[in-house]
Amino acid sequence: MTTPAVQFKQDARRLSADLRHREIIQTAMGKYEVVRDQRKAAFQDWQGARQMAAETKWEAINHLDRHLEEFVRNVEARGTKVHWAATDQQAREVILGILRAKNARVIVKSKAMTSEEIHLNEAMERAGYEVVESDLGEFIVQLREEPPYHIVFPAMHLTREEIRDTFQRKLGDAPSNNPEELTMVARRVLREKYLQADVGITGANFAIAETGMLSVTENEGNARLTAALPRTMITLVGIEKVLPRLEDLALFLPMLATMGTGQAISCYNTLYGGPRQPGETDGPEEYHVVLLDNRRTALLADAEQRDALHCIRCGACLNVCPIYRNIGGHSYGTTYCGPIGAVITPNLRGLNEWKHLSYASSLCGACSETCPVEISLHHHLLQNRRNASRRKPSWWQRIAFKVFAPAATRPGLWSLVTRMGRLGQRAHGLVKGSRLDPAYAWTKTRDLPPIARQTFREWWRARP
Amino acid sequence: MKVTLFIPCFIDLFYPQVGMAMVRILEKLGHTVVCPEGPACCGQPAFNTGYWEESREVAIKVLESLEGAEVVVIASGSCGAMMKVFYPELFAGTRYEAMARELAPRCYEFSAFLVNKLGVTDLGAHFPHKVTFHDGCHGLRELNNKRPPRELLAKVRGVEMVEMGAAETCCGFGGTFSAKFPMISTAMGEVKCASALDTSAEYIVSCDSSCLMHLQGLIDRQRKPIKTIHLAEILVQQ
Repeated sequence: MTTPAVQFKQDARRLSADLRHREIIQTAMGKYEVVRDQRKAAFQDWQGARQMAAETKWEAINHLDRHLEEFVRNVEARGTKVHWAATDQQAREVILGILRAKNARVIVKSKAMTSEEIHLNEAMERAGYEVVESDLGEFIVQLREEPPYHIVFPAMHLTREEIRDTFQRKLGDAPSNNPEELTMVARRVLREKYLQADVGITGANFAIAETGMLSVTENEGNARLTAALPRTMITLVGIEKVLPRLEDLALFLPMLATMGTGQAISCYNTLYGGPRQPGETDGPEEYHVVLLDNRRTALLADAEQRDALHCIRCGACLNVCPIYRNIGGHSYGTTYCGPIGAVITPNLRGLNEWKHLSYASSLCGACSETCPVEISLHHHLLQNRRNASRRKPSWWQRIAFKVFAPAATRPGLWSLVTRMGRLGQRAHGLVKGSRLDPAYAWTKTRDLPPIARQTFREWWRARP
Repeated sequence: MKVTLFIPCFIDLFYPQVGMAMVRILEKLGHTVVCPEGPACCGQPAFNTGYWEESREVAIKVLESLEGAEVVVIASGSCGAMMKVFYPELFAGTRYEAMARELAPRCYEFSAFLVNKLGVTDLGAHFPHKVTFHDGCHGLRELNNKRPPRELLAKVRGVEMVEMGAAETCCGFGGTFSAKFPMISTAMGEVKCASALDTSAEYIVSCDSSCLMHLQGLIDRQRKPIKTIHLAEILVQQ
């Protein structure tokens, strides 16, 4: 069986050498950077805003129990049914239970990474339900039977020609590769589905404790239709999404839009607080909120990495990550990719199986620098590496570093290493760049500089 | 001032001229330079790979050899960040923690030492070439070292400095990362080189020989029309 690490290396190797892929992603991210910076400049004090957001999230996460209870009390007061799901399986069972009770047939969904995390679509489809993603990007990748490529831009790896071909193949309707015309095709299909759907499922960007409301941000109006038309609505949300106060949104909504898509604010920001209330003319008859743990509390218990739960899933760390920009979102093989995925996946899904993601980083720190809630992402990668090597050290690396320590700290030994290096380098010429080369990982694509005729230390010692 | 110059392993072995240039510049400014012979490495390779205990074995020797040094100048932004920023983390909760914390404020990356500590920007250097600057990630983000190398370059006679679009993007070296994930590392280096080539500069300048070793290795293999050079090698040219 292929392990995630082997699969990752294979995919990353293939995509990092794919120049077409590189061009698409680098160009898209270059455009993102321009609009993001314009929006950041509109903040009076961006660094101050980051600090305030980090402090707000710190308060929310460090008193998560209190805020969650307050949230539940308030949202239940309006007749919402709240379900606590400790695991992904529990969350799927809760949702499938609701679908059964409602005799549902067609389910319409708006974008929710938590639903990807628990593989909800597969579970619902296996149980015989028709599931339709209503976010345009998600709709496209669903047609292609692919996972989302990016937390925020699920179909950013596709060209309009590829999308046209997908529509032609799956919908039999692709008038041209004009984005507006293609969008109209999707819209026609989706409008039908909204009307047929028995249950609408959304995610949420924030859960407001003070008012018991779920904040959903979107740009297409599809989440509103998902929430408004079907008779039953379900919101699946991770427990870390809680914010203490309604006024916190005044910071978090523009911040999410700025870092997510380079917008001042997303087109639609809606608060959902319960089913249709007496006297109201619209809204679902029944409203269920599923609060998902799925090992978030394990991360909460880790004081060192607890702040990884601050994440608002804006995707900004993916966008600036030179690794992500070269290997793309699918190589990770995880729901959450990029730096945040490399930090949390080993914690949420098993360190030994997923530690390779924490190693696949040059630790450049661009992620931590951009993160709007100041998560120290690259430090967490280092901590994951430390934890992994403590739990299951690689014997050859340990020996290598054990031997290296005295060699690098004792002048006599270092001189010996230098001389041996020179000898080795002469022999190296025979195997350089071939499979026999012990430095093949380097020399396959790069030349290695020769050891100097006189090293610095030799020069220093010889100085008068 | 008595300056303790820390020369890391790859400069010692592969780029001694960078260390020599630093010695000459510091002596010309009237300072006394000492180079501890003992530790040739800051311990970063083991630290970044997750072997903190093995890293401490190296780093303790560094701490001991630099005890009592007035100022420590480090010939690399990356090793500088290791000593200034990551040592306190590496030694947290050990009996060396106080020593690590006490060392941090005495550490300077070479260009930051000249500009921030000595207040020197003009070294009378002459280098009639078109160059672009690569920010090493550790120097840029851990040490906040964006300005000093540019101020030094601005005073070099004859130099034409052109910023590249990807100046702050990682070159892909990343220490053991470059060998563990060589294809990703190579792709990152190609992106960096492409951005540098767009400026039509003759040289990529940096404060980190490790980044330059990776980039030069790629440039040589792919025969790209550009060269790499450490900032100190420019500053020493009269």
